[in-house]
Amino acid sequence: MKFWPLLWSSLKRRKARTVFTLLSILVAFVLFAYLAAIKVAFSAGVDVAGADRLLTTHKTSIIQPLPARYKDDIARVPGVALVTHASWFGGIYQDASKGFQGVFQAPIVPEEYLAMYPEFKVDDAQKRAWIEDRQGVLVGSTTAKRYGWKVGDRIPVQATFWRKKDGGKVWEFNIRGIYTGGTGTDTTQFLFHYDYFDEARQLGQGIVGWYIVKIGDTTKTAEIGKAIDALFANSPAETKTVTEKALAQGFADQVGNIGAIIQWILAAVFFTLLLVTANTIAQSVRERTSELAVLKTIGFSDGRTLALVLAESGLLAILGGGAGLILGWMAISAGDPTHGFLPFFYFPTKDIVLGVVIVLALGFVAGIVPALSAMRLSIVDALRRA
Amino acid sequence: MRWLAQVWAITTTAIRTIPQRRGASLATVVGIAGVVAVLVAVLSIGEGFRAALRSAGSPLNAMVLRSGSDSEMMSVLLGDAVEIIAQAPGIARGSVTPGEAAVPLTSGELFVVVDVPKKSTGTPANVPLRGVQPAAFATRPDVKITSGRKFEWGKNEVLVGEGARNQFRGLDVGSKMKWGQNEWTVVGIFEAGGALWESEIWTDARVLQPNYRRGNSFQTVVARLESPESFDTFKDALTKDPRLDVSVQRESEFFGNQGRTLQAVVRQLGFLLAVLMGIGAVFGALNTMYSAVAARTREVATLRAIGFGPGAVVVSVMVESMLLALAGGILGALGAWLFFDGYRTSTLNWDTFSQVTFAFDVTPALLVQGMTFALVLGLVGGLFPAIRAARLPVTAALREA
Repeated sequence: MKFWPLLWSSLKRRKARTVFTLLSILVAFVLFAYLAAIKVAFSAGVDVAGADRLLTTHKTSIIQPLPARYKDDIARVPGVALVTHASWFGGIYQDASKGFQGVFQAPIVPEEYLAMYPEFKVDDAQKRAWIEDRQGVLVGSTTAKRYGWKVGDRIPVQATFWRKKDGGKVWEFNIRGIYTGGTGTDTTQFLFHYDYFDEARQLGQGIVGWYIVKIGDTTKTAEIGKAIDALFANSPAETKTVTEKALAQGFADQVGNIGAIIQWILAAVFFTLLLVTANTIAQSVRERTSELAVLKTIGFSDGRTLALVLAESGLLAILGGGAGLILGWMAISAGDPTHGFLPFFYFPTKDIVLGVVIVLALGFVAGIVPALSAMRLSIVDALRRA
Repeated sequence: MRWLAQVWAITTTAIRTIPQRRGASLATVVGIAGVVAVLVAVLSIGEGFRAALRSAGSPLNAMVLRSGSDSEMMSVLLGDAVEIIAQAPGIARGSVTPGEAAVPLTSGELFVVVDVPKKSTGTPANVPLRGVQPAAFATRPDVKITSGRKFEWGKNEVLVGEGARNQFRGLDVGSKMKWGQNEWTVVGIFEAGGALWESEIWTDARVLQPNYRRGNSFQTVVARLESPESFDTFKDALTKDPRLDVSVQRESEFFGNQGRTLQAVVRQLGFLLAVLMGIGAVFGALNTMYSAVAARTREVATLRAIGFGPGAVVVSVMVESMLLALAGGILGALGAWLFFDGYRTSTLNWDTFSQVTFAFDVTPALLVQGMTFALVLGLVGGLFPAIRAARLPVTAALREA
């Protein structure tokens, strides 16, 4: 560690350049963090989908409803541990520009739904209050924060499709609970009682959107899916059962190569930034050829010269890259840049690790060429050239 | 004049010596080119998407939906309502089948989605299936059949848009699909000048109704107006009619709003990226210009010593930086245009829950935006180094060099 002052003074040699290099590394890694989070957003939660959950939808399309009576039939299929259903609501809060249609709003069966999604954490008292209030709603913490809602608020939601029996368009809900969840849990949902919804809606009694099925043995996914679909084959509403992961993957594929293109573009920019930065670091070493020659003259060994130059570029990379990753992580944790259109937006651990590896690689690659030439430097030549 | 002559002399010297600083200058040009290319490419996604939606709407057409519904999929109009709407004033009349009497040009439509595998991935996607009535073709004169024929009314036959045929599997003339209880045959392909319809599959609404258990109900009505001005007459008549509960919009406005969510996402992401990358590129440019100034310390000091003013030095550094930025901007905009303009793809439109096929559209306005951005980067990147160059104390600089 006695070489700290030496390292420090070479970084201070051109303060402006050091600062700008640090900042451009920092920006590059903030960009890297966003790249990872955008990838997650476009893959629509494929990585966090429960492996033990299947979704049964209408065979023609998920927009086609299914009869509510399918539930008991599905429950009897061997291997099915739990079955519940959800439906699409798609209401508007305040006005369309508030983006509430983008929030997953669904009439569901409260106890069953929470048992199906144990990753939704909700306080016991709130849970009870929600179950007891027919007009109660359980809302995800992200959505609650976005609209500034708290427990006890009464929320009017304007229907776009589902009118009430009297032709009314406004459904009123009471916020009874706010659920939270760990990284990768969708905390944007707006969940209310199917019983209340089914009884109050103008038409469509006794239909549901889709079924969610929990299975005990995840190796039997395909068989159980086939057994469910066989129950309703050749009926007016045939079904298609896939894993939650496959459904999420299907949506990601529907969004299509737009996501992939944005990621490629970002990756290209990230590497361009690294290249430019590496070039700057290398250049700053080349400018100091004579100084390095002096160091060698006063007794620095070849290996030590190499280490010194590598340490300098490594230090720049770690300071800038580390700060960038931390800043990126903080910005991403604060919320997605579109304010709620992307329910899955986080910095995955494996990408944090990858980021750290790239930081180290940047320090090494940027430093190794000038470090090697510094090591091989012949003192006489270098001093004469200067 | 003397000042201009000074500026000219220093600037040309600065530019002539750029090749001596090749590495750093090139890094700046490449960095800025990358930033501009990305900005233009990302924004061209939004432009192309908007173009597909915008060209769908004609100011001569009015869309009628149930009040409160903001997309076709969420609307319901009963058969009676559709007939009442057809009798409203302001609707153009025409003959929809050759040789028959003129009727009001309105089409009651159903809008649903069917799962069709995407060619690129093989996984099912929500392809829009539109049930139409005979006047649909008179209200959308852009729709032209390019191969095969029109479907026969009353049969399980469909027409497929060019965009849908290219992006999804098994939609060529002659292929058959099973949706629900019935088999459907593709009998023709149509184009619509790049408009939204090209993403869709069309069939007879009356055939679709029983398949989707819709009874005698529709989702929307599109009406051809006598003239764009008769819109208000038409709208007033419908909204004042106590038998109806509808909202009326111009078709162009309606479709312009149908891609809000995706456009907002693309715009916000694009903006965020541009800011981040712009910051990165400015640092790159600053580094380059600082080292350019450092390399020219002796030269600048000599010029100052023989009487050149600080203003001329500032201008020369700024011009060099702007030129590098301009080169980067041109390179980046050109690259984005070459690689992305006209690239066709499809995506899920979150507002309609169905697929839209569209082409990336690198518009001249986007190119100008990209170049402007590059010049701003060059300006910022050059300013501080220029000031430093002008402030160099002459004697110290000459000694140092």
